[in-house]
Amino acid sequence: MDTKLEPIVNVFQEKFGATYEEFRGEVHLFVQPEQIAEALTLVRDEYKFELLSALTASDYWPQMSPRFHVIYQLTSLTHNAEIQLRVPVNGDQPKIPTVTHVYDLANWRERELADMFGIECVGHPDPRRILMPDDWDGHPLRKDYPLGYEEPQFTFNFEDIDVRKPYAKE
Amino acid sequence: MAQIEEVSVDSYRHLVSDRALSGETMLLNMGPQHPSTHGVLRLLLELDGETVINAIPDIGYLHTGIEKNMEAKTYLKAEVMTDRLDYMNTTGNNLAYCMAVEKLVELDVPPRAQAIRVILTELQRIASHLVWLGAFGLDLAAMSVFLYCFREREYILDILELCSGQRMMTTYIRPGGLWRDVPVEFETAVRDFLKMFPKRVDEYEALLTKNPLLIDRTVGLGRLDGATALSHGVTGPTLRASGVNWDLRKSRPYMGYEQYDFNVPVRTEGDTFARYIVHIDEFRESMKIVEQALNKLPMGPVNSDNRKFVPPPRSEIGVSMESLIHHFKLWTEGFPAPKGSIYSAVESPRGELGVYLEGDGGPKPHRVHMRTPSFDNLSVINKISQGHLVADLVAILASIDIVLGDIDR
Repeated sequence: MDTKLEPIVNVFQEKFGATYEEFRGEVHLFVQPEQIAEALTLVRDEYKFELLSALTASDYWPQMSPRFHVIYQLTSLTHNAEIQLRVPVNGDQPKIPTVTHVYDLANWRERELADMFGIECVGHPDPRRILMPDDWDGHPLRKDYPLGYEEPQFTFNFEDIDVRKPYAKE
Repeated sequence: MAQIEEVSVDSYRHLVSDRALSGETMLLNMGPQHPSTHGVLRLLLELDGETVINAIPDIGYLHTGIEKNMEAKTYLKAEVMTDRLDYMNTTGNNLAYCMAVEKLVELDVPPRAQAIRVILTELQRIASHLVWLGAFGLDLAAMSVFLYCFREREYILDILELCSGQRMMTTYIRPGGLWRDVPVEFETAVRDFLKMFPKRVDEYEALLTKNPLLIDRTVGLGRLDGATALSHGVTGPTLRASGVNWDLRKSRPYMGYEQYDFNVPVRTEGDTFARYIVHIDEFRESMKIVEQALNKLPMGPVNSDNRKFVPPPRSEIGVSMESLIHHFKLWTEGFPAPKGSIYSAVESPRGELGVYLEGDGGPKPHRVHMRTPSFDNLSVINKISQGHLVADLVAILASIDIVLGDIDR
């Protein structure tokens, strides 16, 4: 492990009871949803991780419980280091406290999270959908959301498919 | 029959000022079909006369589900989707994705492929900045700059076509190396470009840098300070124009960037003019890198010889049974990647282009997330455009360099 990250890992283990994993030289710290705002404030102020590079999630349906991992990829410009915080989130009514007040970037990325995964960010100042239309059903990046295809129409089944084929109407 | 819901100002109440509710200020849509929004971006403007009180971006018109689509393809096939993200920086997207795959499966890239990758991504950076400069000029009513920039960009697209057969959607950089070695004409083509281009940059500068019209319209406009920029995740030239010296090519060198001697242009003003200067300076720095890489372009293979991940060359398939099997396996099933996740980032012309890639032991990625720089750069637009005129908002929007394909994915 990068020596710059050792003190952070130690503090996280003591303070938040965090576990950590290492893969290809990257350090992933696991914290609980209710600790995330405090944890991010700590790494931003104490350890100078000024940039929240990415905020996204990964869906482990149906194999794993808790179902989602919310991922916070942090970069420190001062120390030229990176660290990742991961927050396991339960599958039914997934909720996570917002971190908009810690990093402004979280505003749009959390909207994306709610839009694509249906993870509600509690306390978000602007909880609208961001990429999908407002009246869209479902959350596309969930694993139980099918990847749609257009059915090919041939002469023999043209009309059967035409009935149920979605067109832009009126 | 789809229900068309009427949208009232109530649904935007938390975003606009109280004066909008009484009708004192006006809400106006700019876009999605507006020539200066660089694609399909809709800005909901709250205006007090000509002054912008709030600019609320509405994105997603170009959402094509690239991340979802990539989950359904093998690692090799998913790369094609990355070209379509930021269509001004196709080789850069390929590089970001390939570096992520290489990190996940621990694949080495031979030095020649690394150098060619650097040349192509730097040329692409120049091409992207040319489009930026052209569009920026156009939005400030300097039409001729646009024509000049697109004339020079054509040279770069020709070089890309020479290598890959495609002008834009190249998919030339592949996991483990390149699709194939560059043709013999490549070196002369790049050298011709390097000979011609410095004079052209001087020409743009002669037209713009000291032009009082440009200075009047850009100095002090859309000021962004470094701390706000970082908090919003703004990266790239926009961040460097705000006085933060952060370039992934310098701070975390990849593809042998550490061997090349170049500067990172930084300005402290943080206004639209500073962003313009940073872009112009980056032309020159990119040319330096291309020249150095071309001068010490090593000989040797351009692909890793690890046949479990890199398809064998065509010539081997006819004579080697093993190669035939590898070829068949790689193009039908694909290669498996281990369970685990990585994040790898490159410096794209717009900022930090990060790829979060997660494998599940199978031949398809479990999750791909593209951290696209335009998305986070655009999120700062409301803060930096407040209090400016609508005509200046166009200049600010042009200066932060957004590509809608990059934002909506």
